[in-house]
Amino acid sequence: MSIQNDLYVLLPELILAVGAMALLLVGAVRGDKSAGTLTMLSVVLIAASAYVTMVTGDGGAFHGAFVMDSFARFTKAVILWSSAACVLMAHQFFSLEKSERFELPVLIVLASLGMSLMVSANNFIALYMGLELQSLALYVLAAFNRESVRSSEAGLKYFVLGSLSSGMMLYGISMIYGFTGTLDFQGVAHVIVQNGVSIGLIFGLVFLLAGLAFKISAVPFHMWTPDVYEGSPTPITAFLATASKVASLALVLRAVVVPFPGAIHQWQQIIIVISAASMALGAFAAIGQSNIKRLMAYSSIGHMGYALLGLAAGTQAGLRGVLFYLAFYSLTNIGVFACIQAMRRGGKPVENISDLAGLARTRPALAFAFMAMMLSLSGLPPLAGILAKAFIFLAALEAHLYVLAVFGVLTSVVGAYYYLRIVKVMYFDEPAEPFDRDMGWAVGAIATIATVFTVAFVLRIDLLMNYAGTAAQALLK
Amino acid sequence: MSHLLSIITFLPLIGALLILFARDNARWIALIFTIADFLLTVVLWAKFDGSTPAFQFVEHAQWLASGISYHMGVDGISMLFVVLTGLLMPFCILASWKSIETRIPEYMIAFLALETLMMGVFTSLDLFLFYLFFEGGLIPMFLIIGVWGGKRRVYASYKFFLYTLLGSVLMLLAILAMYQYTGTTDIETIINTAHFPVAMQTWLWLAFFASFAVKMPMWPVHTWLPDAHVEAPTAGSVILAGILLKMGGYGFLRFSLPMFASASVHFGTLVFVLSIVAIIWASLVALAQEDMKKLIAYSSVAHMGFVTMGIFTITHQGIEGGIYQMLSHGIVSGALFLCVGVVYDRMHTREIAAYGGLVNRMPMYAACFMVFTLANVGLPGTGGFVGEFLTMLGAFIHNTWIAIFAATGVILSAAYALYLYRRIIFGDLVKPALQTIKDLSPREVAILAPLVVITIVMGVYPKPIFDVTGASVANLVSQHRAAIAYDHGAPAKLASGVRR
Repeated sequence: MSIQNDLYVLLPELILAVGAMALLLVGAVRGDKSAGTLTMLSVVLIAASAYVTMVTGDGGAFHGAFVMDSFARFTKAVILWSSAACVLMAHQFFSLEKSERFELPVLIVLASLGMSLMVSANNFIALYMGLELQSLALYVLAAFNRESVRSSEAGLKYFVLGSLSSGMMLYGISMIYGFTGTLDFQGVAHVIVQNGVSIGLIFGLVFLLAGLAFKISAVPFHMWTPDVYEGSPTPITAFLATASKVASLALVLRAVVVPFPGAIHQWQQIIIVISAASMALGAFAAIGQSNIKRLMAYSSIGHMGYALLGLAAGTQAGLRGVLFYLAFYSLTNIGVFACIQAMRRGGKPVENISDLAGLARTRPALAFAFMAMMLSLSGLPPLAGILAKAFIFLAALEAHLYVLAVFGVLTSVVGAYYYLRIVKVMYFDEPAEPFDRDMGWAVGAIATIATVFTVAFVLRIDLLMNYAGTAAQALLK
Repeated sequence: MSHLLSIITFLPLIGALLILFARDNARWIALIFTIADFLLTVVLWAKFDGSTPAFQFVEHAQWLASGISYHMGVDGISMLFVVLTGLLMPFCILASWKSIETRIPEYMIAFLALETLMMGVFTSLDLFLFYLFFEGGLIPMFLIIGVWGGKRRVYASYKFFLYTLLGSVLMLLAILAMYQYTGTTDIETIINTAHFPVAMQTWLWLAFFASFAVKMPMWPVHTWLPDAHVEAPTAGSVILAGILLKMGGYGFLRFSLPMFASASVHFGTLVFVLSIVAIIWASLVALAQEDMKKLIAYSSVAHMGFVTMGIFTITHQGIEGGIYQMLSHGIVSGALFLCVGVVYDRMHTREIAAYGGLVNRMPMYAACFMVFTLANVGLPGTGGFVGEFLTMLGAFIHNTWIAIFAATGVILSAAYALYLYRRIIFGDLVKPALQTIKDLSPREVAILAPLVVITIVMGVYPKPIFDVTGASVANLVSQHRAAIAYDHGAPAKLASGVRR
């Protein structure tokens, strides 16, 4: 285990870390007018990191504290794609707002670094380190629009509640450490095999899951989500909804499946309850929303519920389903938020669902993209969403979670109602004042990519499916 | 042409894409593509070999995952539904020529996309593929009702969508469970080789039933239909009544009977009771309607009652009758909605009381309407008679009481249909608004005249249709008996004494 090997395994993260420092230096010297350059450089950095992620082989670093395997590779690819898209969207958002700042791309790169570390973490301290790096960057990003009271409020809320959950998680980790004597994932699994599950360990597990559930905004730890989503600037909300969610859920997968295979009956119960509650709340609470970003917050709560359904199955098929779901979810959500970012009227962003009225007549292409993604999220064939859902439900049936599966499809019908409402507003209602024509090339490109994926995915699903399958296998070996 | 089915299925979609680039000619592109598609279905029918129950024009390609493939094919059961879909679509486009005035390109795109999805339902031989088409049809129909519908279009479109979705998600779960049990979603493989345990059959049957019963629609989950029919534009109603409702019956024949044989027998009584209630109750409700479209909608519920009754007798006569009834109802009810559309375009009301004495000013219209009304009643010599007669014959073989109750429905159907006809067509032309109403335009004649001919031909010469369906239905019945025998522990054998 030479240091070269360690550094080689961590090369994708090193690129991001060193690059972020360099960007910070440039920004400090050149000031806010360099924001455009820094944005492009950060996209290059993220792309380089993604490329290196794809080409490096499997391996562990720092005595197994970090690992690089197919699972990490798959999730990093999804995360880095979302990050790159969000950097571009954020640049356009703030340049239209005329409040560009050079810290923004740096913070997003740092958050992506944290996420990359999270999905590679194979040790509770490494896990915590990655999670906190991500969270601290996100707290600042949420409050980034400092002229806006709502944005500051969102940042503060996110920070206070996030710290609380980190504390709970740290407490859980310390209990796990106390009852097993190790922080290493495989080490914990080994101790459980030898000594069985003690009551203290279960307490530790519960606290750990509570902290993690906060990060993925699963019920009952979801309270912050609508407020933070609504208050944050739209591209930052997109970042929270996609990259951060994917990283956190991937973290949940690894931190539950690898150290606690011996305690499956314990965590399975917790996941089942969280999953069912999230699906139900996500479906019912979204019905009454009038702000599109709040609606998307509840939608993401619901979608986390579906993803957790795959984890509840606890099988390889289930994990594959979750990973597949995450890829679908983040691709689609980036597209949705790109559409939301395109909602500007008179130079100001608007966020009410009623602002979309008659969009099909004023902006048919945008309306079609929005509709395709909404229907995909609601799980209507032949769009991407139903395929993702189908594999989750298939895993649930295999694991004999029949009631949960039926519950899941029923909540998806309730969910369809509020997704349809957006389609209804866009297509059935009389047109409101049209949106500004200039939405920026990146927003248009991202929305186009997401729409093409949504509509055409059904043709070549096997591409993604094989990767997800290998990734799930890596976690269970 | 080994890809004939794929071409038939996806040709309308190509037309829809073309409209995106030639928005000014949307109507003509839609008309040309639907007619071309119809001609291809006729070619399909001509090439179809009715002497074998095997799937024909089969296409097979690797697709999603192991066991889920792109598998297309038609047999005697699905063959004519493909033709029916192809036949009705050009009429729908023609019927919308003048009556749709806003957002014409989008309207035509929605219709062409819908045709692709409907064709796919009848041609796919893979459960998952079937599901994608079956469920995907909701999206264009939702838009058609919601964008181009009447006053309460939003309510109607939601109701249509959510009702149908609720049924189908349960079917999705059942499909996944079947995939998990057999490792494949290939319909042909499952029908021929898979046997589900009886307990599992029960659940699977119920899940499929939830979907198809809503689609049919069967009492008591029919309430979306009158709303959807009333609010939809004329062509939307034609497609709803003509094709979408048939997907339920087709589903029973394709999935429930051959795959869940024991459960189909077990739940037979349930289906009969619901069918009889639908026949009698919906007919009575139809008598009391003030709105023409609503009346026809309730009559559809009643007629579909005959179909489910016929199918679940699991006799050769009952099933052939069910198929025939679906085909003739597809044409007759579609034509009736077109007739309503004709006067609606002129008067912009569907209230029965607003009309009367139309025969004085519109003799051609009265004649066409007469044919369809009589076919709806099931008068011998029209297409409606053959199906109703055969389903009742099947019911009589199965259980006399069912046939007796169903027969009352025939009388009731005569009551509401003729009552409607009398109120609209006969009497004195006293309403001042009607004084200047014009008879059928050449375009409307072009729509209604072929349908009149088809209705009468179907009534007097049903052989071409039975030639297509015969072998497949016989095979279905014998397979069903073999499966029942298997479930009862007897060695599986092909039943020889199929009653014809």
